[in-house]
Amino acid sequence: MFKGNFIDNLPKIYGLYTGGFFIFVILMAILEQAGVSASTIGILFVAFTIVIYAAIGFLSRTMQTDAYYVAGREVPTVFNGMATAADWMSGASFVAMAGGIFFGGHSYLAFLVGWTGGYVLVSSLMAPYLRKFGCYTVPDFIGTRYGGNTARFLAVVVLVLASFTYVTAQINATGTIAARALQIPFEIGVWFGLLGILLCSMLGGMRAVTWTQVAQYIVLIIAYLLPVFWMSNALDFGLIPQFSYGAAVERISELEKMHGLGTAATESFAGLRILSTPHSDVAAGGMASWKFISLALCMMLGTCSLPHILMRYFTTPSVKAARKSVAWSLLFIFLLYFTAPALATLSKIQMLDPNLATGIIGKAFSEVQSLDWIQNWSNVGMLAISDSNGDGILQLNEFFMRADIVVLATPEIAGLPYVISGLVAAGGMAAAMSTADGLLLAISNSLSHDMYYKIIDPSADTRKRLIVARVLLIAIGAAGAFVASMKLTSILGAVAWAFDFAMSGLFFPIVLGIWWKRANRQGAIAGMFFGLVSGTAYLYYVGPKFMAMEPWLGIDHLRFGIIGASVSLVAMVVVTLMTEEPDEATQKMVDDLRVPAGDTIIAQK
Amino acid sequence: MDNRAQHWADTKKLMFKTLGIWFVFSILIHLFAGALNGSSFLGFPLGYYMAAQGSLIVFVITIFWSTTQQEKIDEKHGVAEEDQ
Repeated sequence: MFKGNFIDNLPKIYGLYTGGFFIFVILMAILEQAGVSASTIGILFVAFTIVIYAAIGFLSRTMQTDAYYVAGREVPTVFNGMATAADWMSGASFVAMAGGIFFGGHSYLAFLVGWTGGYVLVSSLMAPYLRKFGCYTVPDFIGTRYGGNTARFLAVVVLVLASFTYVTAQINATGTIAARALQIPFEIGVWFGLLGILLCSMLGGMRAVTWTQVAQYIVLIIAYLLPVFWMSNALDFGLIPQFSYGAAVERISELEKMHGLGTAATESFAGLRILSTPHSDVAAGGMASWKFISLALCMMLGTCSLPHILMRYFTTPSVKAARKSVAWSLLFIFLLYFTAPALATLSKIQMLDPNLATGIIGKAFSEVQSLDWIQNWSNVGMLAISDSNGDGILQLNEFFMRADIVVLATPEIAGLPYVISGLVAAGGMAAAMSTADGLLLAISNSLSHDMYYKIIDPSADTRKRLIVARVLLIAIGAAGAFVASMKLTSILGAVAWAFDFAMSGLFFPIVLGIWWKRANRQGAIAGMFFGLVSGTAYLYYVGPKFMAMEPWLGIDHLRFGIIGASVSLVAMVVVTLMTEEPDEATQKMVDDLRVPAGDTIIAQK
Repeated sequence: MDNRAQHWADTKKLMFKTLGIWFVFSILIHLFAGALNGSSFLGFPLGYYMAAQGSLIVFVITIFWSTTQQEKIDEKHGVAEEDQ
């Protein structure tokens, strides 16, 4: 049934895979009806999907540099779009985002705008030109365009700092989900998660990661959309809720007034919060607007500076395909992102509306207390209810919850069968694993290619280079798991920092390297160095865990990239103009970079 | 102006157009979210809608449009890649 080569058969292979996954979900539903316990179903979901990813990783093993670093540059447009979407959507997008919207309302939607708008910049400013360049890694571009090991080295430093911050958050997320689904302690869950991640990437590098990411995208998008469609139809908001949940948004505004939203809680529970921000109101004032757009801006500039995303566009067969593939990536990402507010809205209305069977606010306290999902989540300390005013009714300010659990708990809140919860856990695992894979590979590839091969030992043969790459992959993964097991930061905080680090050091050196022929080595070095140093210093100055000083103009620790990138731009332009323009050969390189036709700039060995 | 320079001029023009749309929907419109919430669209308060969905849809359409335009520019100036 499979004639021709692997690439030509991709639609068939992934079609079968999707069908197989649906059959697996149905099988689990049947098992649930037959009386198999919820925990067994959870274990089966997570274990089954990880085994599939590991099998794909094993089948994609390779000993060729081109396959290991850029998947042989043969990934078709649409599939690269799916892989990028999985690479991009992390545990934070899948698990935490809808919860953030649930509690944070409109101001939180800045993440949504930022994490999609960034792709407009990727497609028009960066991806096609980097593909034409023919580099293996982002520092490879910086090192060749500007010349010299200092520039290359600084790019590696920024990449490692940003990606490592990000990857600890992802390993943390895989550990959290593995711990819950497999019922093992978090500290062991983290190492288990790492094992799954390494199985996908170690033998086949970028090629293996590409094909597992496509498989992971399919699982995560099904897991995200299915519960929302289900809830929407149960609540009569129509078949496709994304376009028709407006009425629910309006209804929530009424319910918020009815339940007395904004009344402060009289008790508090560590890490848990009550609902106090209006769902759809926009905070008034210039500062609130500035906070919205500055956060969106950081996320957008960060998006196009994150090497694990940029390197996905090195894997397409052509410049044209790289460009189109950015469009497909955004479409696939959009499917999840425009569902997130719908999920938050539908989940919230289920809780708030006393006319619904699932409503809990305004119901008798003892009745709510006996609900299974309230008990399950209370037992692990992620939810709490307390009859503070002793009236026997659960009030809005007596319901405490961790924002991160909204997505995971929604199927239970809506009274959906447990099979859906298992599916959501598998989806969250897929989201966190796929991002962690991309990040670990970005770090180890740039260390093995740019540091080891280009700077330390340019005479190393292919075999040696690929062994070094794998050893680094394991070492960095282990370091990430070790840091994650210490639980230093929240998942979302770490993710925002990664974006800020990346934009501080890399945004302007990459963009100006393509769009400004005059940009030279000294300027790029100054841009990366001063951008990173000023951004990091500012983070240290305002960071709540560091000096915790009053933020300047509302630029808090989530937005420090605004400072870093501004300094980077000024430093790069000033230093470039003070020093001489790049030589003839470099200028010719930039000219060639700007047209799709012709050979790549770097011929890789 | 030679062909390469003309190609780059057209490319830049498209880039600025694309970034113009990007700027309006990622930054500008959200400065007026409070005022926009006064009107409603598909039953949503408009300011909320734009952040939750409207801007996102515009971004997707913009990228597909601008990549198609860029392909036309490349072909017009004869610098597109040969089909493989």
